[in-house]
Amino acid sequence: MNIVVCIKQVPNTNEIKINPETGTLIRDGVPSIMNPDDKGGLEMALRLKDQYGAHVTVITMGPPQADIMLREALAMGADRAILLTDRKFAGADTLATSYALAGALKTLDYDLIIAGRQAIDGDTAQVAPEMAEHLGLPQVSYTVDLKYNNGLCTVKKETEEGYQILEVPTPCVLTVLATANKPRYMSVKGIMEAFDKEVEILTADQIDVDPARLGLKGSPTRVKKSFTKPQKSPGQVYEVDAEEAVGIIISKLKEKFII
Amino acid sequence: MEKTDYKNVFVFAEQRDGVIQSVALELLGKAHELAGVLNEKVVAVLPGHNITKHAQMLIEHGADDVICIDEPELKDYLTEQYAQTICQVVEKFKPSILMIGATTIGRDLGPRLAARLTTGLTADCTRLEISEEGELMMTRPAFGGNLMATIMCTEHRPQMSTVRPGVMQKMPRDPNRQGNVIAFKPTFDKSKFLVRMVENVKVDKGKVDITDAKVLVSGGRGVGCKEGFEKLQALANVFPNAEVSSSRAMVDAGIIDHDRQVGQTGKTVRPDLYFALGISGAIQHLAGMEESDFIIAVNKDKFAPIFSVADLGIVCDLNKVVPLLTARLASEIEKK
Amino acid sequence: MDFGISKREELFLQMIREFAENEVKPLAAEVDEQERFPMETVEKMAKIGIMGIPVPVEYGGQGGTNQMYSMAVEELSRVCATTGVIVSAHTSLCINPILEYGTEEQKMKYVPKLAAGEWIGAFGLTEPNAGTDAAMQQTTAVLDGDEWVLNGTKIFITNAGYAHVYVVMAMTNKELGTKGISAFIVEKGTPGFSIGKKEKKMGIRGSATCELIFENCRIPKENLLGEQGKGFKIAMNTLNGGRIGIAAQALGIAQGALDETVKYVKERKQFGKPIGAFQNTQFQLANLDAKIQAARLLVREASYNKDMHKPYAVEAARCKLFAAETAMEVTTKAVQFHGGYGYTREYPVERMMRDAKITEIYEGTSEVQRMVIAGNLFK
Repeated sequence: MNIVVCIKQVPNTNEIKINPETGTLIRDGVPSIMNPDDKGGLEMALRLKDQYGAHVTVITMGPPQADIMLREALAMGADRAILLTDRKFAGADTLATSYALAGALKTLDYDLIIAGRQAIDGDTAQVAPEMAEHLGLPQVSYTVDLKYNNGLCTVKKETEEGYQILEVPTPCVLTVLATANKPRYMSVKGIMEAFDKEVEILTADQIDVDPARLGLKGSPTRVKKSFTKPQKSPGQVYEVDAEEAVGIIISKLKEKFII
Repeated sequence: MEKTDYKNVFVFAEQRDGVIQSVALELLGKAHELAGVLNEKVVAVLPGHNITKHAQMLIEHGADDVICIDEPELKDYLTEQYAQTICQVVEKFKPSILMIGATTIGRDLGPRLAARLTTGLTADCTRLEISEEGELMMTRPAFGGNLMATIMCTEHRPQMSTVRPGVMQKMPRDPNRQGNVIAFKPTFDKSKFLVRMVENVKVDKGKVDITDAKVLVSGGRGVGCKEGFEKLQALANVFPNAEVSSSRAMVDAGIIDHDRQVGQTGKTVRPDLYFALGISGAIQHLAGMEESDFIIAVNKDKFAPIFSVADLGIVCDLNKVVPLLTARLASEIEKK
Repeated sequence: MDFGISKREELFLQMIREFAENEVKPLAAEVDEQERFPMETVEKMAKIGIMGIPVPVEYGGQGGTNQMYSMAVEELSRVCATTGVIVSAHTSLCINPILEYGTEEQKMKYVPKLAAGEWIGAFGLTEPNAGTDAAMQQTTAVLDGDEWVLNGTKIFITNAGYAHVYVVMAMTNKELGTKGISAFIVEKGTPGFSIGKKEKKMGIRGSATCELIFENCRIPKENLLGEQGKGFKIAMNTLNGGRIGIAAQALGIAQGALDETVKYVKERKQFGKPIGAFQNTQFQLANLDAKIQAARLLVREASYNKDMHKPYAVEAARCKLFAAETAMEVTTKAVQFHGGYGYTREYPVERMMRDAKITEIYEGTSEVQRMVIAGNLFK
């Protein structure tokens, strides 16, 4: 079985801070990580590999700096790594991104395509379903568990009220939540070997796409402006002991008629 | 594509087991406002099985027209069945705007549709407005809530967005409102119906959805462990309609279920009272709770960002405050 | 020497930091408090190769470098010095001498299981009357037919009891002094070999430190490690390598204490502002940071030399001396910055200060390191 896992390198948004004077994001020194949902997806693929001996390819669309994340995926146990990179992809929104990824996937062999639900920088959760549409494949999103048997995936999908069990034949696209599993650590040997392998580079000319639909010109949406949120004015802060604190809280709750 | 052919503000009326979801009504409220600016109609699209009876309720919440697609195939949400249906509705009725609730259903359906219709989609919007040129301005948080971005889709139609539940305001229900109910029959390509639902399980967690709670007792890293959350539960039990929720750190640590998470990657809540206990207040958390009516923060760190949104801040050890507060509140409420 | 780190090492650091933070740190206080050997951590480390980092792939190892091994000990010790020394004693003091001096049969028999972490390794040199003066060995080994018969007692042996393989020094010819010492491989469970009392220690309390007791313990003749009479040389060379591991441990403790202190002084307020806002605090912490980085570069240099098969005895002595004394200074000051809280177990710097002390003592005291360095100056 051939599994392709789509992964993305993202800034660790937990560590992004806002410059209080200018109200802009401080991105310097923010570490780049493998997007957590994608890592959950990779782990899911690697578990299938452990069970059934699948061949796992990871692919990312991004700048050359994403190389280190692809090495991380190799060190975790992926067999092949592909970096889809080209200036022609610049400025792509989710539609153009998903179109480029689908174009790259068309040049690969796959039975199962796995992606993370959403990336923590964009939080759109749109690229994988859009890619599935471009490829004409069925999709299941919000996957938290997967059983595979002879071309049939039995997928547990998380919903607001509980979960669903869905059956979908391969080839198909699954999007996975970070909470689905605990990803393995890279092994030391895996790290040693990851740098002996080649990260394959794919450019726009090498994939199955109409160049007019790539990048900014292939993107129906435009960011018109971005801004940081105006901050609410803070209330009163008391530095007191527990006894006094409880007194203050209760009188406030009474004042507000909450109790 | 001729832009002028596309008119009216469409809302995907999400139902589950024949129950119209709250987000659909919130979207109708917003659609009503946007359609007023554009001088267009509000159209609810209601796919499902035996659902036509709900059309009037959508009208009473702001829809001018309701397109009902009543088919056994649409009883439960499945991506392809719904994508084919809505796609055909869009092709026939040509809406200028299509809004979908950013639920697990909406965020599965939206991108599938957008790619099929080759149009733009903006995810998880928290603000929608009409520009002077009559275009939809869709504002959404990005970078874990650190940044807001306003996005437009000027050259493609429909302008699509998924909208975060709990953010838009419903219209008060007006039983005298009138509208048209239109039945629509889709043509299914059943060869593409490849996903089969085996089970749809509702896990009764014995608790109310945190977005419905009037009081939320929310814990963060400072609470630390499961035992700590038991203390928070004890505090919640004092109030008639209170639930325990948490920040992302505690969910990531496996201490609290994801459905209790408040924030950018969790839920947006607006309770009457929000206790932020041992929550430092990362922006991604603030994004989900800062609209609460009254926020009380307890944190050891005087410089915790949570104090910048709190209406009342207490710099103290929550482990000391919580049990004492629980006991005192219980006796206060008993007195009444 | 390259002061930067390679992409490979960068990725390795990312992994070991994540591992230390998620798997090791949460246990550190408990392991110390209960004086409990963290077996579950060893199993987790084994799974991802941390028990055999610088071991060649042909012997079941990970094929990593000594540089990576030092980084691992540093990062583990940054959150839990007990875990750091378990890996260090296992790798430097047991796997290394077998790899360096063992026969092909010995290497194939012991190294793969040790490197895979299925077996833990230990090293026995110190005796009640042979500490810094290691030549005063009283444990004896006598050849009787096809077997060596060992008698005597070793003390302060790290990993004792949990280890399966022990590299043990014993006198095979008293008259020859240090040239009469030989090295042996003893397996757990050999009749006549038992584990004696467990030490109650000031620090690194989760690591097992016990006596090894040999009472007519008979081991096969082929368990002689290296040539007969070369034991002292083997022991000294082994300790040279081990010192890099202990230096890395000390470095990790120092860095961990500095990290905790920086965090604390930002939060702790006195006289209306965080104590980190006082210049005295900032300057003192700057000094400590500079020393830690100096120690790190010394550890890197020694590790690099070992990787390049260049002499590293003096480099190892330097880095251990400097890192150990830096660890002691940093942790002592860290406790001071924490004030009364620093003296309690509510904060980890108290444990770190106790853990730091041993790095000035074991695998050659600071005085021994000075002897090695001075010996090189005056040769």
